[in-house]
Amino acid sequence: MSTTFEPGPAHRGTPETPASADRPNRRQRIPRGMAAELGGAAASSFALMWLIFAITDPGQSAFGFFVCWLLGFFLIFAIVAWRLHGVLLMKDRLGTVAVWGGSFVALLPLVVIIIYVIIEGSQALFAAFPHFFTADMSQFSGQTPIGTAGMGAAIVGTVEQVALTTLFSVPIAVLAATYLNETRGAMANFVRTVVDSMTGTPSIIAGLFVYLFWVEPRGVNGKSGLAAALALTVLMLPFVTRSAEEVLTVVPGSLREAALALGAPQWKVVVKVVLPTARTGLVTAVILGIARTVGETAPVLLTTSASAHFNWNPFHGIQSNLPLEIYSLIVSPGTNSTKVAWGGAFVLVLVVLTLFTLARILGSSRTGHRSSPWRRLTRQAAPS
Amino acid sequence: MTTLAPEAPYVPPVQEQPDVPVVLTPGTSGPDRLFKLILLASGLIVTVILGAIVLYLIVHSWPALHQSGLGFITSDDWSPPSSFGILGALGGSVLIALVALVVALPVSVATALMINEFAPVRFRNWLTGVVDLLATVPSIVYGFWGLDALSNYLYGTTVWLDHHASFIPLFRTPSVATYGNSIFVCSMVVAIMIIPIITSITREVMSQTPRETCEAALALGGTRWGMLNDVVLPFSRNGIMGGALLGIGRAMGETMAVLLILSSANTLTWAILGPKGLGSISALIGLNFEQSPTITQSALTLAGLTLFATTLLVNLVARRVVSRSDRKKA
Repeated sequence: MSTTFEPGPAHRGTPETPASADRPNRRQRIPRGMAAELGGAAASSFALMWLIFAITDPGQSAFGFFVCWLLGFFLIFAIVAWRLHGVLLMKDRLGTVAVWGGSFVALLPLVVIIIYVIIEGSQALFAAFPHFFTADMSQFSGQTPIGTAGMGAAIVGTVEQVALTTLFSVPIAVLAATYLNETRGAMANFVRTVVDSMTGTPSIIAGLFVYLFWVEPRGVNGKSGLAAALALTVLMLPFVTRSAEEVLTVVPGSLREAALALGAPQWKVVVKVVLPTARTGLVTAVILGIARTVGETAPVLLTTSASAHFNWNPFHGIQSNLPLEIYSLIVSPGTNSTKVAWGGAFVLVLVVLTLFTLARILGSSRTGHRSSPWRRLTRQAAPS
Repeated sequence: MTTLAPEAPYVPPVQEQPDVPVVLTPGTSGPDRLFKLILLASGLIVTVILGAIVLYLIVHSWPALHQSGLGFITSDDWSPPSSFGILGALGGSVLIALVALVVALPVSVATALMINEFAPVRFRNWLTGVVDLLATVPSIVYGFWGLDALSNYLYGTTVWLDHHASFIPLFRTPSVATYGNSIFVCSMVVAIMIIPIITSITREVMSQTPRETCEAALALGGTRWGMLNDVVLPFSRNGIMGGALLGIGRAMGETMAVLLILSSANTLTWAILGPKGLGSISALIGLNFEQSPTITQSALTLAGLTLFATTLLVNLVARRVVSRSDRKKA
């Protein structure tokens, strides 16, 4: 094939270059024959390893066989691809197989865990259906039937503590995000670094801090729903700040400039233009923050305890919550505790999944356009 | 062009008042100052919280530091209240994080490549959501699953590794080979937990790869893997490194999985398959803090401070590395 780049008219469509050579080289999504090569390599590797294992060591574990089979598969597939297509395409195909295989390994646990939670958890959940949500743990002792257990007290605790956490952290987080995004300077950069490093704080440290700062000085009455909410706030605050800041950066600068050009003071620009434009995104950030916070166990480990009884008052006395109740059920002896713990885990995963889905649905409807004044005007002008 | 119209005589505009420019000074009026002050205050609250954490940890760990001196970081003898060596637990935290990283890093890079380059475009958003969901599942559920299910699934693996790979020191087991809830299982759970972090950062950096360079690689006849290997991966190397560091930071701080799975013995050992692997600092605090006398609490706070400082350092370095890759592309 000729590789000259001279655009001579005689060159184009000359009889010595067949028409097929000029056809664009379209990339196929799945290279032709790849499925056959893959299947063939897998099958032959399986047969080979079966033979080897049957001769050498019949009592091997399944895992060893699996690993050898995988290695054999790669080797055979590589040789086949190399003989048929050459080195470059061999690398391409091996890379493709590795990428798909790796991502399969990454996403498999999510599916397995969710299925596992549903199977194990539904037993406790539906043993005595509403009872599991309305009762507390006072009738359950590990040996008693699963139906006597109830997560009611834990659910109450989780709801109240997370509500308090949201109340504490969201206003500060939104203001701090505004600060990071709307002002410039060394101080803002410093605060951003602080927020970043707090996002990576081990969650147990948050619990330890609130224990030293709040629980210990108050002695016996120190542990409460409020203490747990404080510990959760230490985690939720930087998380929501960071994601809210990300949301605010998406607000187009032209909106700010337009408002400023009309003579609006900066606080009006933020309150009337920037924050309303980013409203849905901010709500998404908050919901994601809640979803992250609901399941945190380590911070509440030191700041409150699992308890068998309802406590509606988060400001006084030990108040249980879902993750802590699950933890105490896992570590307590008793044949039925584990099943009840899975029931609790089911509820927790359900809550997290619901919040997450809500956030995704809200987040997917982009907000930047909806609040754009041009859109609003044209929509009103439209005859429909 | 035709001839221009004759120029009209210039009539100066009637000036009743001189033109005074309106001074637009956003951010300096009274309410604006107050507003900026409120913003600054809320920014400072976050800083104050971090400062308070550091302060409280230092103050409360002082008695233990005073008693043990530097021995706390060089000794692995944790037998309070006489000796507070946290080297074992610190080593456990690091070991768990490193083993988890070895598994999680290639898998995460593969996932990031899959989402960005291989998956059909209309699934891309959806797949990103799935990875985010992986980060949102509570750690106690992961830990519980690791304890209840994964340790059973991996039992065969553990035995196999011990029989056939024990020439690697890491896979040697103590003389009595009982396999159970080991560092290995624990690391696998932690690996699952850090995969979404590494994946999302890697994916973000990879998507910044200049498309023209990719297209140039393809136009020169490169295969898709050739393009990924020679353009995308070198470009996003910093991002991958930063993501890995962030993953290490997260893995070191992970409490519940370690607490549930490992029955901790706090001496330094590298046998990751044995039932009594190292604990980690966070698990040590979570398990023992409440029941301990004051001086042990102080020692545990010291351990917490060490963990906090380490993760802080790792995170700062990671952010720096990632942002450097940002700057490079700009």
